Amino acid sequence: MTLAAHVVVRRGPLTVDVALDVADGEVLAVLGPNGAGKSTLLRVLAGLLPPDGGRVAVDGRPWDDVDAGVRLPAHRRPLGMVFQDHLLFPHLSVLDNVAFGPRTRGASRAAAREAAAAWLDRVGLADLGARRPGQLSGGQAQRAALARALVGDPALLLLDEPLSALDARTRLAVRAELRRHLAEFGGSTVLVTHDPVDATALADRVLVVEDGAVVQAGTPADVARHPRTDYVARLVGLSLLPGTGEGLAVRLAGGGVVAVAEPAAGPVLVAIRPESVALYPSRPGGSPRNAWPARVAGATPHGSTVRCELDGEVPLLADVTATAFAELGLAPGSPVWAVVKASEVTVYAR
Amino acid sequence: MRSGRILAGLATLAVVVAGCGGGDDDAAASTAAASASGPTGTVTVFAAASLTDVFTDLGQRLEEEHDGLTVQFNFAGSSALATQLTQGAPADVFASANGTQMAVVTDAGLAEGEPAVFTANVLQIAVPAGNPAGVTGLADFGREDLTVAVCAPDVPCGAASADVFAAAGVTPRPDTLEEDVRAALTKVELGEVDAALVYTTDVVAAGDAVEGIAVPEAEDAVNDYPLCTLAAAPNPEGARAFVDLVRSEEGQQALGAAGFRAP
Amino acid sequence: MRRERTPAPLLVPAALAVAFLVLPLAGLLVRTPWSQLGTLLTAPGVGQALRLSVVSATLATLVSVVLGVPLAWVLARSRARGRAVLRALVTVPLVLPPVVGGVALFLVLGRQGIVGSWLAETTGITIPFTTAAVVIAETFVAMPFLVISVEGALRGADVRFEDAAATLGADRWTTFRRVTLPLVAPGVAAGAVLCWARALGEFGATITFAGNFPGTTQTMPLAVYLALQRDPQAAIVLSLVLLVVSVATLLLLRDRWLGRGAAA
Repeated sequence: MTLAAHVVVRRGPLTVDVALDVADGEVLAVLGPNGAGKSTLLRVLAGLLPPDGGRVAVDGRPWDDVDAGVRLPAHRRPLGMVFQDHLLFPHLSVLDNVAFGPRTRGASRAAAREAAAAWLDRVGLADLGARRPGQLSGGQAQRAALARALVGDPALLLLDEPLSALDARTRLAVRAELRRHLAEFGGSTVLVTHDPVDATALADRVLVVEDGAVVQAGTPADVARHPRTDYVARLVGLSLLPGTGEGLAVRLAGGGVVAVAEPAAGPVLVAIRPESVALYPSRPGGSPRNAWPARVAGATPHGSTVRCELDGEVPLLADVTATAFAELGLAPGSPVWAVVKASEVTVYAR
Repeated sequence: MRSGRILAGLATLAVVVAGCGGGDDDAAASTAAASASGPTGTVTVFAAASLTDVFTDLGQRLEEEHDGLTVQFNFAGSSALATQLTQGAPADVFASANGTQMAVVTDAGLAEGEPAVFTANVLQIAVPAGNPAGVTGLADFGREDLTVAVCAPDVPCGAASADVFAAAGVTPRPDTLEEDVRAALTKVELGEVDAALVYTTDVVAAGDAVEGIAVPEAEDAVNDYPLCTLAAAPNPEGARAFVDLVRSEEGQQALGAAGFRAP
Repeated sequence: MRRERTPAPLLVPAALAVAFLVLPLAGLLVRTPWSQLGTLLTAPGVGQALRLSVVSATLATLVSVVLGVPLAWVLARSRARGRAVLRALVTVPLVLPPVVGGVALFLVLGRQGIVGSWLAETTGITIPFTTAAVVIAETFVAMPFLVISVEGALRGADVRFEDAAATLGADRWTTFRRVTLPLVAPGVAAGAVLCWARALGEFGATITFAGNFPGTTQTMPLAVYLALQRDPQAAIVLSLVLLVVSVATLLLLRDRWLGRGAAA
């Protein structure tokens, strides 16, 4: 099940013109600021908005083809969609919400409920099927919405900011669960988000969209290492390092130890923003707790700063001003010391 | 007010202006100059709806006759008027379409003297122009295949109709019992009923859209219209002038032209 | 939970409004001839008129729901041109004097009317002066209340639920039935109640188009009006009966129907 789309759609002053391909089992994150046209793109893919030009095809079958006059209405498209604020129908029980899709697509009431119950079980809501959506927590509701989107085994899964309405703690749990379900999902997934952590954690590839156009595409790591625009640089570049929490330190899976401000335990992800990494020509005095020797593997200027890709025991991205970059005499291959304050390190449960 | 008017008859112009407390100062002043002895001010007449056209005409004549006199009307069903009067509505004259509602007013002690019958109305059959159903007389009201309207027994014309049917020995089969004559007539005008029993005056007022068929049996149930001035009349002089006009030769002629008959 | 006091700028007009609405009712109660109540209530025709009123108002409400909810949907959701004109036309019965509405119904559905004459010729059916005419007159006058109420509810409803339903395979009809309609159910209920109450009190269009005949077309308001001509005390009692029946019905429905809808 492969999605191939080139969507042209005008929304007021903004023209969205985006081409994308998503392979079977692949997750593509569409990342961009508010108003960039991400959700518009998703609505076109869902069939909720007619495009002004281009073509959308899944497995070679056209869903939209403006030139050929083809347009498959939304309800005929085998897809599942998860919305930012779940949009579970308030007048139906959670079970009937999940069974809604199978019912409209022709399943018997019993079969639809059976399938719905199985999916509720998979997302850990087996006991809550009889409740109304209003009686669920935010995380539970979003899990139910995921079950509702996935129950029909759709060819295409569309996720519209699925985590942004959740509080920080719930977000971690639902993100981890979403990651697990996306790994099991055989169809193509398009995830729209403005959060680089979601994109990095969930997507195989990232498409950065600004003002309706693709400004950069690639794996999350690629995009982070070589940001093409200021926006991308600010948005992505977070270094995510897996490790194991041991109190106020995290032992990294790739070697090395990171000191952290809050105690951590078990499998975690350490996140370090590039602007919080300082570079020194030699080991700085005052014995900072996080100081690692490294080598500049690449340098990409964007605006007045230069993003440096650091190779070493702890691989990091660092942003330094162009002036500092020149004063330090840095060039690819230069040895440096990377220093990060413990308070600048964020730890996520893995 | 009353003292103001007496002063108007006796005193000089300046005194009238100073003494008259009402809103008609200027009108009263000019009237006093034009006709020193005639009625002035406003006369309020409560009259049955069937009198609308004739009374409006007579009111205008009276106003032309007496400079500074204004006649204002409240036309409605007699029972509604009687209710308004017993609830204290200010009026000078009450003209009822029947004795029952006049009795309501006299029983409440609101009338000045005995009411007098000034005209009468008699029932007639109204049919749409051309008489498509070929109605000839009261007997047709008993026919199943016609759509006919009569007044509800609760309202005066219904009571009169019942008397007429009884006198004729006809059992009517009405499709609707109308709340007043005008409503019945509207249905005749629209051609929605084949016939209705209404007053002669209403047939005359409806013009060409409706034809009247005289009913001999109706002579037994002539509807008398009594009229009285009210004890609490704010303008007794004007009230008397209006009543006199209605009962005069001129007034009776106007009533006759509208289909009313002499009492 | 401590409730804040109602601010005086709201409380004073609200109290005035209550007084304005309730005092005439109190006036009716004061004037009610309680000693004659039994006689007046068991008078022939009272039960008949009451039954006819309730039945025809209920039928008018059903017709209004069946026709009016789809109309409200068209007004709220369709992008067709001339919607503003359509909405204005729909509200015409609200501003038209009901008696004029009755005459207008004659002109269309009367036996000389545009549709009515054709109907009479082809089927022999004439509508005026039948119970059907009562229902039609009441529907004409009362349906706009339902349409406006439901349209408001539809405009207030979150259309993204309809998007969600579409992504779950529901066509627009299924979406309307299974999502939109349940979401606006409180609005439909409120509209139906308004519509029913208006139909129950309908007088002018009914007496014009349906006439007045006990058992077939004489509803309570007509009976009250005629009683007023003859015996004002009987009219007060009849009004009271109509009032008690309507208030009791509305309270009952509120508990069963609106109460749940409002909580959802």
